[in-house]
Amino acid sequence: MSELTASGTPASVPERPQRWMRFVDSDLLWSFSRSPVTMVAAVIALVIIGAALLTPLIAPQDPYDLASLSLLDATAPPAWLKDGSWNYPLGTDNQGRDVLSAVLYGTRLSLLLGCSAVILSFLLGVTLGLIAGWRGGIVDALIMRVADVQLSFPAILIALLIDGVVRSVLPRQVQTEISLYVTVLAIALSYWVHFARTVRGSTMVERNKEYIQAARVIGVHPARIVVGHLLPNVVGPILVIATINLATAILTEATLSFLGVGLPPTEPSLGTLIRIGNDYLLSGDWWISIFPGIALALLILSVNLLGDWLRDAFNPKLR
Amino acid sequence: MVAFTIQRLLQSVLVMLTVALIAFALFNYVGDPISNIVGQDTTLADRDHLRAELGLNDSFIAQFARFVSHAAQGNFGLSYQQARPVSQIILEKMPATLELSFTAALLALIVGVPMGIYAGLHRHSWVSQTMLTVSLIGVSLPTFLIGILLILIFAVVLGWLPSFGRGAVVHIGWWTTGLLTAEGLRAIILPAITLALFQMTLIMRLVRAEMIEVLRTDYIKFARARGLTSRAINFGHALKNTLVPVITITGLQLGSIIAFAVITETVFQWPGMGLMFIQAVSFADIPVMATYLVLVGFFFVVINLVVDLLYYVVDPRLRIEREASANV
Repeated sequence: MSELTASGTPASVPERPQRWMRFVDSDLLWSFSRSPVTMVAAVIALVIIGAALLTPLIAPQDPYDLASLSLLDATAPPAWLKDGSWNYPLGTDNQGRDVLSAVLYGTRLSLLLGCSAVILSFLLGVTLGLIAGWRGGIVDALIMRVADVQLSFPAILIALLIDGVVRSVLPRQVQTEISLYVTVLAIALSYWVHFARTVRGSTMVERNKEYIQAARVIGVHPARIVVGHLLPNVVGPILVIATINLATAILTEATLSFLGVGLPPTEPSLGTLIRIGNDYLLSGDWWISIFPGIALALLILSVNLLGDWLRDAFNPKLR
Repeated sequence: MVAFTIQRLLQSVLVMLTVALIAFALFNYVGDPISNIVGQDTTLADRDHLRAELGLNDSFIAQFARFVSHAAQGNFGLSYQQARPVSQIILEKMPATLELSFTAALLALIVGVPMGIYAGLHRHSWVSQTMLTVSLIGVSLPTFLIGILLILIFAVVLGWLPSFGRGAVVHIGWWTTGLLTAEGLRAIILPAITLALFQMTLIMRLVRAEMIEVLRTDYIKFARARGLTSRAINFGHALKNTLVPVITITGLQLGSIIAFAVITETVFQWPGMGLMFIQAVSFADIPVMATYLVLVGFFFVVINLVVDLLYYVVDPRLRIEREASANV
């Protein structure tokens, strides 16, 4: 690997700063400054990400610390309503957990899970796409048929199925412990197809170009051609897909948790919090589910808007 | 046409076999089927006997063939959780899901298409801009959140509509319907809106984009030059041509409506297949999960097939292209 980067750098170093300047100058910043909606979305996303990163510092309470919870304070309404107190600005849930803290920790968890799932499906999809596009033949046919079958089902069903199967294989006591990993795996396995198809398409275009043929002629090892030469040229478009998939991954995680097959109540993500609050909705304690809901909606909306903007900014047809 | 149909049919059969294979693998390799059937005090000899009797020692291919032939006859084994035939459970739940799905699809079409036409014809009016913005928010709100908000507003605060269940149902043969009683109709409103909202925004955006595209074409300009009324142009010429992709997408979306019903049914405790599937997942009830998978796979394959064939019938360009490439 070290050898590879060493030989790869001399060609790209003088070019990179220039390229970066051109990039910033012409397209991205310009289209960013032209779109107030994107700016608002970016601000919201930054606030949410910042809050998620700093959660342990800014949250009034540690919702995982059972000792700090008091059942006497259970289902207190938000501060501005009658009976509310500023100790719990957004009220408390059925166990006396501060809703604001729970939302902060839940957002942190949802973001973490969404990012891990996207990274995992990215790695999986890019690897399989590269293999399929590079090797062709039976390997390609096999991978792409699996992708086709999977693509004809909604991803949420596949995630549910993977989740269910893993659950039935594992003994019950370890289930809650590893449910975090199971959820990430289920989401990643249901979204790799988008990456794989795009990478395969561009690999098949790139593999016949001169620079690849030249590398082959001088006897570079195939693995090195694929990783060092091919990959940098096909990776651009899928980074945009990754951003858009982040919103979908967060949404899928929230849905799985809401359905009760994602994260357990002991480690609540936003979806789990909404699920818990849903049981108290009919008795009028709306804040337990609505505040996590608002956080989730804002998160998904801002990521979606940023993804849309990135897609448009990178699309040469729209320039 | 015949060749195309046969080709698509073969593809569908292949997909169904793949789905069946996955379901079969679930049945056989996730957990031990024997220990799911017998009690703890059954001796090893008895277990082996049962294993041989059930044909679990046969080759993989023989077992798979038996599974497919049983499945084709509607025999999917017993539910671990309820100890009843899975086919019986599914048959009880299916009407609820199908009724909800079709109501939602119809609602999405009835509201989505006119909204899309309006937004396409009056691109710059503030009404269409508002509709577009709201639809973006609608896409970003998770289905279950929309359901919860609707329950909060219409069931908890206003108390107009029931928040869960199907209400009173009428039995017609094996089919149960809630659409014939006032209570059942009231019960379906909120779940149907929840399920329809996403598809509605999708259809609206699609119709709008198609309308804008078609209105730019030469034949619309020509129709204008001929002095036709804008009503005749918009609805007689433009709308007709936008509807081809709309039919396709709506057809394909019907499948995902059935799938997304899982979420809506959980929010509203709607007694359909989706709720059954979620319960099966949390109880690790493999036969029910596998059967649901096969059934939804079947719905998807049939819908895709019908849409493909419809497309072929509706769009003459596709036909000519195919024939041209076949003759080469």
